[in-house]
Amino acid sequence: MIRRPGRLALVAVFVAAGGLLVTSALNDTLTYYRTPGEVAADPTVARDRVRLAGEVVPGSLSRDGEVTVFRLADGGQEVTVRQRGMPPDTFREGEEAVVEGRLGTDGVFHADHVVLRHGNEYGPSAAARPEPTDAW
Amino acid sequence: MLGDLGAASLTAGLVSAVLAVLLWLRVALLGAASRPARLASAGALLAAAAACGLLEAALLAHDFSVRFVAENGGRHVPVYYTITSLWSAMDGSLLLWLLILCGFGALLARRRAPDRLRAYAMVVVSVVTTLFFALSAFAADPFQAVHPVPLDGPGPNPLLQQHPAMGVHPPLLYAGYLGMVVPFALALAAPLAGRAGRDWVRVARPWALAAWATLTAGVAVGAWWSYAVLGWGGYWAWDPVENASLLPWLTATAFLHTSLDGGRSRERWNTTLACGSFLLVLLGTFLTRSGAVASVHAFTESPLGPLLLGFVLLAVLAATVLTGRNRPAAPGAGRAPLLSRRTAVLVNAVLLVTVAAVVLIGTVLPLLTEPLTGARSSVGPGYYQRTAVPLAVVLLLLAGVTPALWVRDRATALRRLALPGIVGLATVAAIGLLSRPGPAVLTAFGAAAFVLTGLLTEVTARRRRPGRAWAAALAHAGLALVAVGVAGSAAYGQADERTVRVGETLRVADVSVRLVSVHRSLDEGRMVVRATTELSGNGTTRTATPALRYDPARDTAVTVPAISSGPRRDTYLTLIAVAEDGGSATLRLAVNPLVGLIWLGGALITVGGLTALAVTARSRRPRRSEPADRREPAGVPA
Repeated sequence: MIRRPGRLALVAVFVAAGGLLVTSALNDTLTYYRTPGEVAADPTVARDRVRLAGEVVPGSLSRDGEVTVFRLADGGQEVTVRQRGMPPDTFREGEEAVVEGRLGTDGVFHADHVVLRHGNEYGPSAAARPEPTDAW
Repeated sequence: MLGDLGAASLTAGLVSAVLAVLLWLRVALLGAASRPARLASAGALLAAAAACGLLEAALLAHDFSVRFVAENGGRHVPVYYTITSLWSAMDGSLLLWLLILCGFGALLARRRAPDRLRAYAMVVVSVVTTLFFALSAFAADPFQAVHPVPLDGPGPNPLLQQHPAMGVHPPLLYAGYLGMVVPFALALAAPLAGRAGRDWVRVARPWALAAWATLTAGVAVGAWWSYAVLGWGGYWAWDPVENASLLPWLTATAFLHTSLDGGRSRERWNTTLACGSFLLVLLGTFLTRSGAVASVHAFTESPLGPLLLGFVLLAVLAATVLTGRNRPAAPGAGRAPLLSRRTAVLVNAVLLVTVAAVVLIGTVLPLLTEPLTGARSSVGPGYYQRTAVPLAVVLLLLAGVTPALWVRDRATALRRLALPGIVGLATVAAIGLLSRPGPAVLTAFGAAAFVLTGLLTEVTARRRRPGRAWAAALAHAGLALVAVGVAGSAAYGQADERTVRVGETLRVADVSVRLVSVHRSLDEGRMVVRATTELSGNGTTRTATPALRYDPARDTAVTVPAISSGPRRDTYLTLIAVAEDGGSATLRLAVNPLVGLIWLGGALITVGGLTALAVTARSRRPRRSEPADRREPAGVPA
C-alpha cells in the first residue's frame, strides 16, 4: 500500500491518463448522424466522416459498374450517394437507410458501407453489415 | 380468458411483492417470524410463473385476442420458436425477467431462520421485484385484449426464429443479469444488519459466482449466435447492447477477485463492485429497452424509458446513501508487499473498472452529444480497439503473473515466471517473424502463451487448495484462448465479396467457391433464395447453400450463411444479393482462422466459474474443519 497523499497523486495521474486515452481515441471514431437537410444547408458538416440517414428515394437506385448510386431524402432535401459494392438485398427503395462516409467536393456523398436500417422490431437488423474489419 | 387470468396474475404478483417488502422489513427490524415473508416471496414467484405460463399457453394456443400473441405469434411458426417468442419482444421478455428475478428471491429466502443480513437483502430484492412487476402491469402489459381478434399474427422477428440459440441465449443472459441482484442486495443490507452484515462478502460470493458463470455463458452463446446468423461473420461489433452485457461482466469479474479472501480486506472495493454490477445491469436494461440508443439489438422505442431511467437513478441513490458511510477498515487490511496477491487483485480491479469505464463512456456518449451539440452520433469500433483492447491485453498479462503470487519469497516467484516469460517472448518472436500482425495482436499471442504456460506449471505444482487453483486456471486458460481466437481471426481473417455469374469462381486464400445455380422457392409463406455452390479447399470439394429469406409478414429479409467449422478455421459463405434473372449472385466468402477458440474459451471460463462455485459450496459445509488460514486472528489487538 502507498501512503494517502501518494495514493491520491497516483489516482490523479491514472485518471488523467485515462482521460487522455479516451479523448484521443474518440478523436476520429465519434461519427455524427446527419440528415440530407443538414448536409444541404451546410455541406461542411459532412466533410468529416459522418453517418447519413434518410429514405432511399424510390426510383433513384442504379448501378454504375461496381458502384451503387442512389439518393437519400429527408424533409424535402436529397443527397446523392455513391457506394462501392452492392448493398444487401435487405436494402430497398422507399426504406430508411443509414450510410457511412464523407461528402466529396462535388456534392456527392461517398459511402463505404450501409450501417443499418432503422429497425422497429427487437432483434439484430438484417441490414446491419458493418465492414468486416470493424468487427471483432 | 387467458388474457384476464394473465392480467390477474400480474396484479397478484405486484401485491405479493409489495407485501414481501413490508413483511421482510418486519423480519429485519423486529426479528419477527420469517414464515409470512417467505410465503409472500413464494407468492410473487408463483405469480410470475403463472404469468409466463399463461402467456406461453396463449402463444401455443394461438389466442390472438391477447395483444402479445397478436403482435408476436403466428400459425406458421414452429413450436420451438413459438415457445421462445415469449422473450422475442419486450413485454413478454419482461415476464421471463420477473420469473428469474423472483426465482433468485425465493432462493435467497429459502432459509427458515434468516439472519438480519438476509432479511434486509430480501427487502432490497423485494423492492426491485415490486418495481418490475409495476412496470409490467402498468406500462408493458402483454395481456391487453385486442379487438377485433386477428386471424393470424406475423410471428416473431424472422432473425429470432432462425437459430436454436434463441432458446438459450436470452434466458442465460437474464439469469446472469438478475443473479447480480443478490450481491447488490447484500451489499446494501450489510451496513444495516450490524454484526451479521460483516460477513456479507462471503455470503455474496457464491451468488456472484453463479451469476457471473451464467452471464459468461450467455455472452459467449450470444457471440456465437450473432456469428452464425448475422451474415457478416462477426461476433462482436461493440454495439451498445452488446456493451451493456459486457459492463456488468467486467465489474463482476473484478468482484470475484477482490472477494477472494472472503471480505477481510478491500471492503470499499467489494461494496462498490457488487453495487456497480447490478447498477450496470439496470443501466443496460434502460439502454436496451428505452430506444435511447440506436442499436441493431434494441427493443422498440417505448414509454418504459423514463421509468427505467428513474429506476437506475433510484438504485444509484439508494446504493450511495446506504453504503457511502465510512466504515471502520476490516482488521485484515493493511500494507501489502508489492509482489503479492493483494496487490495483484487491486491492480486487476483497477484495470477491469477502467475497461468498464472506457466502454461505458463509448456507449453512453452518443446519448449525451444530442442534447449538447444537437446532432446524434455514434462511437465506432475503432474507439474500443484503441482503448479497451490494449487494456484487455494488459489484464491477460496480469493473469499470467498469478502463479508467482502463491510463493512468499521473491526469488522463487521470479523463477516461476521465467519459463512462461521465455515461452511468451519466443511466441512473439516466432509469430512476428512469420507474419507481421499489428502490435496488439502480437502482444495478445505472447500474453496468451505466457498465461497458458504459467498455468501448466501452476496446476502441476502441489497446492493447499487445489479446487480453487483449478477453477482459476480454467477461467484464465479460457481467457487466453478467447484472446488467441480474437487476435487470430482479426489478424489473419480474409474475405472477399463479389458478384459472380453462374459457373464463375470467387477465391479467398486457398478456398474457392463456384456458383452452380440460384433458385427461388416458397417455404411456409416465406420467399427463399438459395445459391448452390461448390466450395473447394484443403483438397476437398463440398456443396454449400447459403440462402436469403424474405418474410412478407414482417417485410424483412435475413441472410442464412453457410458456415463450415473446422479446428483450425471456419469458411463462411454469405449470399448477399441475387440478380433478377437468377444468372448471377453477390457472394461474400470469408476464411476465419481460430474463431472456434473463442467459443471454447467462453466454455472454459464458464466451467471455471462453476468449478469455483462447487468448491465454495463444498468448503462451506464443514464449517468446523476450515483450514486455519481462513480464521480471523480473533481478539488480537490491532
